[in-house]
Amino acid sequence: MIPAAFEYHRPKDIPAVLALLEEHGDDARVMAGGHSLIPMMKLRMADIPHLIDLQDVDGLGGIAIGEDTVRIGAMTTQADLIDHDGLFAAAPILREAAFQIADPQVRYMGTVGGNVANGDPGNDMPGLMQCLDAQFTLVGPDGERRVPARDFYEAAYMTARADEEVLTAVTFPRQAGGYAYEKQKRKIGDYATAAAAVQLVKDGGACAEASIAMTNLSDTPIWSEAAGAALVGTGVDGAAIKDAVTAMLGDIDPSEDNRGPVAFKRHVAGVILTRAIERAWSRA
Amino acid sequence: MKDDVTSREDRVANLKGMGCERKRVEDARFTQGKGNYVDDIKLDGMLAGDFVRSPYAHARVVSIDTEAALQVPGVLAVLTAKDLEPLGLHWMPTLAGDKQMVLADGKVLFQGQEVAFVVAEDRFAAADGVEAVEVEYEELPVIVDPFEALKTDVVLREDLDPNADGAHGPRKHPNHIFTWEAGEKEATEQVLDAAEVVAEENIYYHRTHPCPLETCGCVASMDKVNGKLTLYGTFQAPHAIRTVVSLISGIEEHNIRVVSPDIGGGFGNKVGAYPGYVCSVVASIVTGKPVKWIEDRMDNLMTTAFARDYHMHGKISATKEGKITGLWCHTTADHGGFDACADPTKFPAGFMNICTGSYDIPTAYLAVDGVYTNKAPGGVAYRCSFRVTEAAYFIERMIEVLAIELGMDAAELRRINFIKKEQFPYHSALGWEYDSGDYHTAWDKALKAVDYDGLRKEQAERVEAFKRGETRKLMGIGLTHFTEIVGAGPVKNCDILGLGMFDSCEIRIHPTGSAIARLGTISQGQGHATTFAQILATEIGLPADSITIEEGDTDTAPYGLGTYGSRSTPVAGAATAMAGRKIRAKAQMIAAYLLEVHDDDVEFDVDRFVIKGAPERFKTMKEIAFAAYNQAIPGIEPGLEAVSYYDPPNMTYPFGAYICVMEIDVDTGEHEIRQFYALDDCGTRINPMIIEGQVHGGLTEALAIAMGQEIAYDEMGNCKTGTLMDFFLPTAWETPNYTTDHTVTPSPHHPIGAKGVGESPNVGGVPAFSNAVHDAFRPFGLRQSHMPHDHWRIWKTANDLGLHD
Ligand SMILES: Cc1cc2nc3c(=O)[nH]c(=O)nc-3n(C[C@H](O)[C@H](O)[C@H](O)COP(=O)(O)OP(=O)(O)OC[C@H]3O[C@@H](n4cnc5c(N)ncnc54)[C@H](O)[C@@H]3O)c2cc1C
Repeated sequence: MIPAAFEYHRPKDIPAVLALLEEHGDDARVMAGGHSLIPMMKLRMADIPHLIDLQDVDGLGGIAIGEDTVRIGAMTTQADLIDHDGLFAAAPILREAAFQIADPQVRYMGTVGGNVANGDPGNDMPGLMQCLDAQFTLVGPDGERRVPARDFYEAAYMTARADEEVLTAVTFPRQAGGYAYEKQKRKIGDYATAAAAVQLVKDGGACAEASIAMTNLSDTPIWSEAAGAALVGTGVDGAAIKDAVTAMLGDIDPSEDNRGPVAFKRHVAGVILTRAIERAWSRA
Repeated sequence: MKDDVTSREDRVANLKGMGCERKRVEDARFTQGKGNYVDDIKLDGMLAGDFVRSPYAHARVVSIDTEAALQVPGVLAVLTAKDLEPLGLHWMPTLAGDKQMVLADGKVLFQGQEVAFVVAEDRFAAADGVEAVEVEYEELPVIVDPFEALKTDVVLREDLDPNADGAHGPRKHPNHIFTWEAGEKEATEQVLDAAEVVAEENIYYHRTHPCPLETCGCVASMDKVNGKLTLYGTFQAPHAIRTVVSLISGIEEHNIRVVSPDIGGGFGNKVGAYPGYVCSVVASIVTGKPVKWIEDRMDNLMTTAFARDYHMHGKISATKEGKITGLWCHTTADHGGFDACADPTKFPAGFMNICTGSYDIPTAYLAVDGVYTNKAPGGVAYRCSFRVTEAAYFIERMIEVLAIELGMDAAELRRINFIKKEQFPYHSALGWEYDSGDYHTAWDKALKAVDYDGLRKEQAERVEAFKRGETRKLMGIGLTHFTEIVGAGPVKNCDILGLGMFDSCEIRIHPTGSAIARLGTISQGQGHATTFAQILATEIGLPADSITIEEGDTDTAPYGLGTYGSRSTPVAGAATAMAGRKIRAKAQMIAAYLLEVHDDDVEFDVDRFVIKGAPERFKTMKEIAFAAYNQAIPGIEPGLEAVSYYDPPNMTYPFGAYICVMEIDVDTGEHEIRQFYALDDCGTRINPMIIEGQVHGGLTEALAIAMGQEIAYDEMGNCKTGTLMDFFLPTAWETPNYTTDHTVTPSPHHPIGAKGVGESPNVGGVPAFSNAVHDAFRPFGLRQSHMPHDHWRIWKTANDLGLHD
C-alpha cells in the first residue's frame, strides 16, 4: 500500500494549476481531499508522477447562498456542507446526503469538487447534483464553461471534463418542496448498495415538479426523467409511486458485486426509491 | 505486637486481588499512544522487506527476473526460492505436520502467495522494487471448491507422494490431507436407523479471517559478532517460535531471542509461522543488518491464517418427545494450499469433537476430511479454542433444525437434553470429560431475564401482522447454549510440534515487598498485566499494584506455549497460582521463624501470616519479603522466588446462555439487533470488568462473522474481500448494546477454579446471531441458510420463501 514516487506541487492560483496541467499533461492530476485519489495511488491503480494539491488555490472554497441560486466552491468539504445552516435552508437534502457519506474522518477531507469530478459511480454527490439540476463550472486553458450535471457523466471515471480543466464550483437553484436522500449500505463507510435522491414540489394536493436520481446502479449516476414524470400531476399515491419505480427500473443497469446480484439490487432500488418518495412527499 | 488499625475488609480491598474490578494497567500507555508495537521498533541501519505476490491462484512460475528491481535505487537484494534452497529454507514445516513454501518453488497455490522477497533501505524503495520484479506465470486450472478438489485430476500439491500417508494417516486423493474420526460410527448409524425422528442438514461455516487491528510483522536482527539472532514479532507463542526458528535455521536455541512486544490483537492470526519471518531472518543474516517486514491490510487478509471454512453435514436423532439419541457429523474442511492449521498435533480438526455441545447425547460419530484447494492456508482458531466455534455452530444449528422437525420450542428442546448438574464430571460420546457445569440454572436465568414467553408471544403477533400486510419486518429470537473446551492442555494428549502444552510462571519477590512475575504466555489485549497480578495478589498477599507482570521475552520469561485457545488463565493462570503458593509456603516458614513459633502454628490471612488463635501477632508479607533478604534463617535459603510449570489435568469447560432478539427487514435484507443478553459461566471470576470487556469484544466479532464478514473467492481463486471496504469490521455504529450476566460454577481441577472467558462470546455469539435470523423465517418454512447473513443473503432467503410476491 505504498504509491509509486511522485512530484508534489502546491500552486496558489488557478493559472498556476493550469500551467502545471499543461506542462505535464497526462502525467499530472489535481488532488482535492485525496480520499478517492490517494487510495488508488496506494493500490498502484493510478500512477501519477505529478500531483497538484488544490488546497492552497485561491477562490475554490466557500458556500454562497444567493436569492435564487446556491454556489458551492469545489474545495468545500462534506463536513462543511453539514455545518452550513444557510445551505440547509436553501437545499436541505445536502445535509441529509452528506451525513450518509463515509464517516466523519472522511467527510473532513473529502470535497464536493472531488466527489463530483471523480466519476466513480459509487459517489453520492453526482446523483444528488443531477437531482438538483446543478451546473459544474470548469476552467481550462480556453477559459470557463458550464456543464449541467445531467450531461457530465459518460461512463465509470469518464466525464465531460477535459484533462486540462479544473472544476471550480457547482451551482444549482434554491430548492423548494420536499426532499429525501435514502441510501442502503452494508456498513458505515460503505458506498451505496442503492441510493435515491428525490425532490418534490407540491401544489394543492398534487405533485407539480419531481426530480429523481439514483446512485451506484449503473456505471454513471442515473437521473430518471421518466420516474419524475410518473409522479407529476398525481397525488403521489401508491399507484403513482409504483409507476415511478417501474420507470426508474427501466433506466438503471446495475451489475453484480460483493453487495449482491443484479436481481437484489433492482429490488432494493425500488424499495429505496419508494421510501425516498414517501419521505419527500411527507415533507413537501 | 503492633498496632493494626486497618480492618480485614480494607486489607482485602488494598490488595486489589481476585474478584476486584481493577482498572487495566495497560490502558495508561495504550490510550496515550505510548504502546510499543513491532512497527514501533527502529534499529540502527534497519532495512525493509516486502513480498512480490502471485496474482494467480494456481500457476507455474516459469521465470523470475529480478534485474530491473535490483536497479531501483535503495533496493539491496531480491530473494527467491533458488536463494533459499541451498539453506534448505525454501520450504518450512507448518504446525499441522505439513510443509509450506516460503517462496514459490516452481508453482503457486493461492492468490497472494509469496514469490520473491525484496530487501531495500526503506519500505518505499522495497515497494518500488516489488513493482519492478518480473515474474512469468503459466496459469493452471483453479480449484476453489473442496468437493471438486476430491474429484478432479488436477493435483495441487505435486511435491507430495500421492500414495504416501500424510501426517495424520492415509490420504484418499492427491488433494486429500487427512481423515480424522471420533466416536462410534456403526453404533451411531444403528441409532439413526432405528430412531423415531431424524433431522438432517448441511451447515456451512464460511471462511473468514481474524483480522487483528495490527497486522503481522517482525524485525529480525542477526548480530554477526556474537552470533545472536534477535527476532521481534507479533507472536502469540514466542517460545514456540524460538524453537521452530532454531529447528529450521540450525541456530542454537540459546543464540535466539524472540520478543513479542505489545500486540494489537491476535485472535489466532499470530500463532503460526509465516514466510515473512523466515525471509526476514535470512535477509538479516545475508545483509548483516536488521530487517523489518510488516504486512499491509491486504497482505494480512489475503495471505496470513484464515479461519473456519467447514462444510458440515449433520444428522441428529431423537425420540418423539425430543430426547436426543444420536449425533452424526461429516465435515469437509477446506484448508487451502497448505495445511497450516494451528492445532495440537493429535487433533488435525482441533476439538471439533466437542460438537455434542451442552447435551447428553449417548451415541455420536464425527469424521473430518481435510482438503487442499487453491486458497490461502490457515485454519486457525479465530478467538476460539481449536475449531470450537465450528462445533458450537454445528450443534446449535442442528438443535434448531431438530426443533423444527419435532415441531417443538427450541428452548424446551435444549432444556430436556442438557447434561444435568449431577452428571459432572461428564464423559461425552466423542471422548471428553466435561469438568463442571450447571446448564439448567443458567438457561432458566437467561430465559427469565429476557421474558422468553413474552418474546414468543410478541413474535407470533408479528407474524400475524406481517401476513395481514401491516408490517414488512420480522422478529427473530436467537437462542444458544454453548459449551467451550479451553485451556489446552494436558501434556499427555496436547502438544504443538512435540512441545507439551503446559505453561509457566516465575515469581521474584523484591526485598521491599513488591514483585515481578514472568509468564510463558503473551497478552494481545486480554489484560494479563492486570489480571495475573490480581491472582498473585490474592495468593501471596502483596498488592496487585506492587506486582509487575512481564511476558513475551524468551530470554527472561519461562518456557510456555503462548496465548490462544483461552489457555492463558486455565494454564498460565494456574501456574501463577501454584508459583504463588510456593512463595507462600516459604513465607510461612520465614514468618514462623520471625514469630518464633512452629511453621504449623501460623496461618495465612489476606496479606500476612498470623499466629493461630492470636491474630494480633503477625508478620505481613512485606515484612517477610524483607526478612528473606536480610536475615540468616537456619535451614532456609535467602531470597523469595518460585517457578511453576503447570500441566493441567484436564481442559476447562466454560459455558453460557445467549439470547439475541433481531428485527429483519424482508425487503432490503437489513437487520437490527434489538436486544442481546449474554450469560457467561467462566468459573471463578478474576476481574468482572475485564470479563465484560472480553464479552463485548467477542460478541462484536461474532456479530461481524454472522452478519457479513467473510473471505470470499471467485471461480478463478481471486480473493474478493481483500480490503476493509468489503471485509466487514463493525464500528460503534453497527455494534448493538449488550447485556451481560453470569453464574459461577468453578472448575474443580483448576487451582483457583477459573475457566477462561475470552473466546466464549465468539463461540456462543455466532450461533445466537445466526439462529435469530433463522428463527425470524421459521414460521415461513426456513430450515437452513448460510452465513454470513448480509443484506443480499437475507433478501434471498425472503425471496426464496416467496415473501416478495
Ligand atoms: C472509507 C471511505 C468511504 C467513502 N465512502 C463514500 C461514500 O459513501 N460516498 C461517497 O460519495 N464517497 C465516499 N468516499 C469518497 C469520499 O467522499 C471522497 O473524498 C470523494 O469521493 C472525493 O473527494 P476528494 O476531495 O477526496 O477528491 P480526490 O480524491 O482528491 O480526487 C478525486 C478525483 O477527482 C479529481 N478532482 C478532485 N478535485 C478536482 C477538481 N476541483 N477539478 C477537477 N478534478 C478534481 C482528482 O484528480 C481525482 O481524480 C469514501 C472514501 C473513503 C476513503
